[in-house]
Amino acid sequence: MPQSMQPGDAKAAEIKAVSIGKTFGAFHALKNLSLDIGRGEFLTLLGPSGSGKTTFLMILAGFTAPTTGRLMMDGRDITDVPAEDRSYGMVFQGYALFPHLTVEQNIAFPLKVRGRSSADIKRKVGDMITRVGLGGHEKKLPAKLSGGQQQRVALARALVFEPSVLLLDEPFSALDKNLREMMQQEVKRLHEETGTTFVFVTHDQSEALALSSRVAIFNQGELLQVGKPQDVYERPTNRFVAEFLGEINLLPLEKVEVNGERAAGKFEDRTIIVNQSIALAGKTAVAAVRPEHMFISAAPQASDCNAITCRVEGATYFGASTKYHLRTRSGMSLAVSMPTALASPIAHQSDVWVSWPVHQGFLLPDAG
Amino acid sequence: MQSATSRKLLLLAPLLLFLGLAYVVPFLGVVRWSFTMPEVGLGQYRALLTDPLVQSVFTRTLRICLIVTAAVLVTAYAIAYVWVRGSSVQRMLAEFCILVPFWISVLTRAFGWLAMLSNRGLINTWLQSAGIISEPLALARNELGVIIGMTHFLIPFAVFPIASAMRSIDERVLLAARGMGASRTRTFWTVFVPLTYGGLAGAALIVFVFALGFFVTPAILGGGRSVMVAELVYLRIFQSPDWGLGSAISVVLVLFIGILLALMRRFIKPAHLVG
Repeated sequence: MPQSMQPGDAKAAEIKAVSIGKTFGAFHALKNLSLDIGRGEFLTLLGPSGSGKTTFLMILAGFTAPTTGRLMMDGRDITDVPAEDRSYGMVFQGYALFPHLTVEQNIAFPLKVRGRSSADIKRKVGDMITRVGLGGHEKKLPAKLSGGQQQRVALARALVFEPSVLLLDEPFSALDKNLREMMQQEVKRLHEETGTTFVFVTHDQSEALALSSRVAIFNQGELLQVGKPQDVYERPTNRFVAEFLGEINLLPLEKVEVNGERAAGKFEDRTIIVNQSIALAGKTAVAAVRPEHMFISAAPQASDCNAITCRVEGATYFGASTKYHLRTRSGMSLAVSMPTALASPIAHQSDVWVSWPVHQGFLLPDAG
Repeated sequence: MQSATSRKLLLLAPLLLFLGLAYVVPFLGVVRWSFTMPEVGLGQYRALLTDPLVQSVFTRTLRICLIVTAAVLVTAYAIAYVWVRGSSVQRMLAEFCILVPFWISVLTRAFGWLAMLSNRGLINTWLQSAGIISEPLALARNELGVIIGMTHFLIPFAVFPIASAMRSIDERVLLAARGMGASRTRTFWTVFVPLTYGGLAGAALIVFVFALGFFVTPAILGGGRSVMVAELVYLRIFQSPDWGLGSAISVVLVLFIGILLALMRRFIKPAHLVG
């Protein structure tokens, strides 16, 4: 009898990955990855394609065996437990619904495998269909459903047997923007309702930030940073994370002095003060500021702000916001994003001040 | 739109012309004979329904074709599975097994099987010299020989549509089944096999229709004792000059296959037939 059939096992699980490595021939898909996934959390694995995030998800699911390292669930070593005995719910990219089974039969599949009674199956499937809003579509084949409906079937099928972990592999990549936002809210709601541990893979940073309780950022097989969305976005410890999570202005600083939680350095003969977030090796570093944290004005803003002079080179209108393209005196390009409602018309080729609050800037190592 | 359709028809024209001249016109001649030889009327068709020899040949043909189709489907399914999902060495081996017989003529293969199966063939000689049997097994010059030879010949034709159906299965669907707790065996029977039904039906149709018209293999391996429909037509036309009955049998056979194709077309996508 599989472990997952025991009563009380429906509660969320806690997973611990210890020094997981995976090589495909000479290619290192994952390098020495250690990560704790908390009970009931919504963890997103974020990274560009080929970063190792999907490989890690496949290792969690049990479809791929790690070359090195161990995987623990609730203190038990599950490295060698095959996928069918782990019994995690999984939503695949492209949904992977059974094309020959109806909506109802698809959702009933994991319950039938577990040998549940037909009355039990009928009740659970019915509940799940109502919960994901698929009423009236019970007898349809997946091919007759829209993308969003197929998505709901995939979610229902993955959750109906109350797995202790739900794995989602880029589930929204095929949906258009509006539907995607709707499904994101749906997934978030299902996470809150079930309390199950969710591990979600995506390459879309805004999706990661919007959904997760924590985000783990991958690049080239390495786990670079794990943290709450706000922390990784506003306090990245590494240049890749800073740039991958959204556009960012990087200003090289010289003669950097650390003073407690703050650091100060010179940029174009002005002193720039930033949050000290990393261990600094030398006297040079980079001040990083998100475009939306900066603003443009005719005079430098005094209180607790950094300010530099720039020349306006152009603007792009995005509806809710407008992005200004600027150049500093030493010729570096800079982007500032301001709410369109607040931006007064700014003439091209005019000289302006760009300011930002001291606490919005942070320090990054200067070598890429 | 109109001109595009007629252009495409023009491209098809040589084939249609060839089919018309080489098949349709002569066949219409055969249809005419079946109603006119030796005298005008439905006499030959009445004979078809009453002649015990014709009846027994038809039953035998149907029986052999059904057995062969079943044997071919099972074997071809296994070969296709290895071909599509095996390791690279297994794939090469499967491909070899499928393609090599394809290049050898049906006549050569029938004689090859005769050399294997006849009373003094390889199998009986080996078994006898090994002391396993004392009397040779009747493997050829009977229905069993015909079934073995036909099955072997038809396997490649079934492998292609089945393999095509297997290839179009999304690997993630199988992973999904495993991930939900289904064992490999359960995944195979409840997900993999049902997703190949289209290919299986296509393969069954091709094999059955081919088998109905088999001539050389039954003639050689059956040793005149298990005559099938095609051989009966040959005998009626070339040996006992009874062209009317031979023609009537041909017409019935063509009609039967036509009805079969029409029925199956409703259930099978043409793509599955080509593989």
